[in-house]
Amino acid sequence: MDEFSIDKIVDTRGSHCPGPIMSLIEAVKLANIGTVIEFYFEENQSMQDASFWVKRVGHQILVEEAIGDYFHFVVRKIK
Amino acid sequence: MTTKIVIVGGGSAGTITANLLARNLYKNITSGKVVINLITDNPDHIYQPGYLYVVFDKVRPQEITRKQKDLLDPHINLYVDPAVNIDRDNRIVTTKSGKEFDYDYLVVATGSRIVPEEVPGLQEGSYWFYDMQSAMKLREALMNFNGGRILISMGIPHKCPVAPLELTFMLHDYFKQKNMLDKVQLHYTYPINSVHVIESVSNWAVREFERKGIKYDTFFNMEEIDPVKNIISSMEGDKFGYDMLITIPPHKGAQVIEDSGMGKNGWVSTHKKTLINDNYENIYIVGDTTDIPISKAGSTAHFQADVVAERLTSIIAEGNTAIEYDGKVVCFLETGFDEATYIWFNYNTPPNPSPPSRMLHWMKLGYNRLYWLTARGIL
Repeated sequence: MDEFSIDKIVDTRGSHCPGPIMSLIEAVKLANIGTVIEFYFEENQSMQDASFWVKRVGHQILVEEAIGDYFHFVVRKIK
Repeated sequence: MTTKIVIVGGGSAGTITANLLARNLYKNITSGKVVINLITDNPDHIYQPGYLYVVFDKVRPQEITRKQKDLLDPHINLYVDPAVNIDRDNRIVTTKSGKEFDYDYLVVATGSRIVPEEVPGLQEGSYWFYDMQSAMKLREALMNFNGGRILISMGIPHKCPVAPLELTFMLHDYFKQKNMLDKVQLHYTYPINSVHVIESVSNWAVREFERKGIKYDTFFNMEEIDPVKNIISSMEGDKFGYDMLITIPPHKGAQVIEDSGMGKNGWVSTHKKTLINDNYENIYIVGDTTDIPISKAGSTAHFQADVVAERLTSIIAEGNTAIEYDGKVVCFLETGFDEATYIWFNYNTPPNPSPPSRMLHWMKLGYNRLYWLTARGIL
């Protein structure tokens, strides 16, 4: 795995609206290229949706894992 | 010694906070122990959810507009003079005219603004309704629309997350009333993999879309508009044609936030429960300005204003506070011209929409008239 340092953290736990995926898209869209963003999700479905969107748009997933009762996801904006 | 409170912003969050503080601290203000200064860039206060009704010619602009000075408690000092810098370390707000306001406590309620210029082609190719002039322009365009595909799309972030659905369902009923449904194709797009961020609302809306013949596409984040060929493209690589494009442009926070180094894109780092700005214990952030991942909506501003006013009152009057924001948001959602639904949620309770009904629709219309009591800190 690449070496990386986190530039921004978005904790979506407890967020029902605009919700985890909207928060993820917003954070990625507003970030500069190269920015590494760490997300925390409450549900596995959110991580699956995030993974799908990030791959479809063409950014890089650095971490995708379950930790206890939440999910940890790290993405690098590459374009 | 006088305690100085400065509130920057005269929208819902700033106005409600100011009025509640003025009432709670009435004796302190009249005895000269507390001063409240509210700084805003607009002499008018607009009930922004009313824009949706302006589009469909159901309210006049003057019905959703009041003079800011008429809404504020007379013990609040109003300055219509845009803030251009906030110096948190030296506790000074500077305005466009050069006035400087020092403070002991600062409430930042600078709100959000649309930035259509951030999407190439959007200004030339799209209608929207998040300001009065644009709402009136869209109203006229709809009156003159002879048929074709109306595409609805939205930028991220945007305030009032239920507005896109409301607009779409009201467009359906608008053309139904005009006996034009056979000539109009409504095409709704949404940035994530459902038609609304709240799953239960999305499930219901999909059924309604299918029942009403409204086309929809998901994972569509507008990237570029070709206003000559009438084509909208997404970050995900999709392209759609349209005859009329209605969007909710992406939003940013106020320029003064970025200019003051308080937060990228105008959003300020805010504790999700105390609403305090990071390590600045004397600075509160309310309404759209926060970076908390919850709805940017009028009700959010209202409930946060309640918390900030109570916290400041307790701190000033008693020296401490334990009051916290629980993430509460309440939204009415028009499901057409005759019915509405209603959702509420907080950090611990997910939303569960009520079945659409005429009663909820009339409650929403009623609240549109009662809002002025909320702004005054009464309701």
